[in-house]
Amino acid sequence: METTTQTHVIWPDVELIRNDFPILRQSVNGNPLVYLDNGATTQKPVQVIRSMQEYYTGYNSNVHRGVHTLSQKATSAYEAARQQVAAFIGAQQHEVVFTKGTTDAINLVAAGFRREYLKAGDEVIISTMEHHSNIVPWQLACEERNAKLKVIPITDHGELDMEAFESMLNPRVKIVSVAWISNTLGTINPVKDIIALAHAQGIPVLLDAAQAAPHLPLKVHDLGVDFLALSAHKVYGPTGIGILYGKESWLNKLPPYQGGGDMIKHVTFAKTTYNEPPLKFEAGTPAICEAIGFGAALAYVSQLGLHKIQAYEHQLTTYAIEQLKTIPGLRLIGEAKNRAGAISFLVGDTHPSDVGVLLDQQGIAVRTGHHCTQPLMERFNIPGTVRASLAVYNTTGEIDKLVEGVRKAVALLG
Amino acid sequence: MNTPVTIKEQQDRIIEDFEVFGDWMEKYEYIIQLGKDLPLIDPRYKTDENLIRGCQSKVWLHAELENGKLVFTADSDAVITKGLVGLVIQVLSNQAPKDIAEADIYFINAIGLTSHLSPTRSNGLLSMLKQIRLYAIGYQAKSLQN
Repeated sequence: METTTQTHVIWPDVELIRNDFPILRQSVNGNPLVYLDNGATTQKPVQVIRSMQEYYTGYNSNVHRGVHTLSQKATSAYEAARQQVAAFIGAQQHEVVFTKGTTDAINLVAAGFRREYLKAGDEVIISTMEHHSNIVPWQLACEERNAKLKVIPITDHGELDMEAFESMLNPRVKIVSVAWISNTLGTINPVKDIIALAHAQGIPVLLDAAQAAPHLPLKVHDLGVDFLALSAHKVYGPTGIGILYGKESWLNKLPPYQGGGDMIKHVTFAKTTYNEPPLKFEAGTPAICEAIGFGAALAYVSQLGLHKIQAYEHQLTTYAIEQLKTIPGLRLIGEAKNRAGAISFLVGDTHPSDVGVLLDQQGIAVRTGHHCTQPLMERFNIPGTVRASLAVYNTTGEIDKLVEGVRKAVALLG
Repeated sequence: MNTPVTIKEQQDRIIEDFEVFGDWMEKYEYIIQLGKDLPLIDPRYKTDENLIRGCQSKVWLHAELENGKLVFTADSDAVITKGLVGLVIQVLSNQAPKDIAEADIYFINAIGLTSHLSPTRSNGLLSMLKQIRLYAIGYQAKSLQN
């Protein structure tokens, strides 16, 4: 791909990029599909689809086991995918644990803390804008250990109250687990500050990077973060796979999550010794094909360049917000200064699900509802929102269709 | 014209009504109007107990037995859902529990609103139909006992 030094032009290759995504070339309810539900899942480029097809047609075999050629080929591809992920997030290969996704990764850490580190009276800090997957695992752990779940409040603009956060830190806090980017508000949280403040008191930090991974460069070693979780399917990869990044020292300390094959060194009925990380945390036959597809997705994204993706999406987000604001009665839910392209809104007193139904009739896919952030909806005292979430293949033309579609929906509901 | 009485007749009448609509906008305009026009439920029945929790919109459903017929009233916080709920009530309210329990509900598909029954839409309509059937079976069992 050609590189460009210009930063103020619309992505020159967006039509070329769209060509890589066959699913986008279709009509829904008689209209060309406008896919703006990327925060839920992104579409997959042919490069990913092809890599997975090649695996099943060419070298499907179990990993880390056989001496035969196909098994070795599958193992190499699986481990190459891990290497791809490690390079993508700026980590070492053995610090990358394959999981089912972000939820699974957070559960892995929460289960480890529940077993080894949380005691009665201890505290875990999350924030008001967390996805249920970064609330419930900690809630379960705290309930079992009689520990307290503390929640960082947010401002009306949807930004973390950092002063409050600072005052919440104390020696009883065993971990801080927050989203890098809010899936509902689009807020990009000041993760460097969060990590610095927590680390100053010796508290580890987990970042839920599910929404961040497709939109901005992640470099875990530069950040110094202890744990980071993300899902492949939100970065143009397949569903059913994601990763937990853990600092080497943490992965060595953390107890195994699930028991089974691959995670062991030696098993007797009296005692089992465990494999080294990351395999210590990968019990059973992993999602091999998905891991390979994940690697292909990250190769695709890396080739486009995350800095370029970030610049383009920033332009697109700014344009979308400007245009949406021209709709009478529209209010944004989440107006953080530093934000990404998950745009939540409500229009007048229309119900988000009604707007969603009428947008679907026009071929426009958005998400409506509480976005698995019910406490956040409560914070704003709303039943849900309409959320348009952008990806690298979206265009300003699609934003225009969204705005037109919302106007039409609101007129009908009027 | 005869006033339709059976569940089948009610459904056929709705299907006929929907045949006149030229496009989706007319169809939804009608459903939205239906939603707005119907004062469906006595506020005192809009309780948490009567709430059918859908993922996206709320539906309240109240059932009462009057002269051997099951009478439903309902409401929703989303106007399209409310309109759809209104259609379901039109079809199934004021019928014998046995007839409701055994009813084949085909009008939603026939008027091209199948997607509203999809579990992914989670708008409470599917849960509402299930709840109506449960009430019907419950009252049927009760009347058999008596």
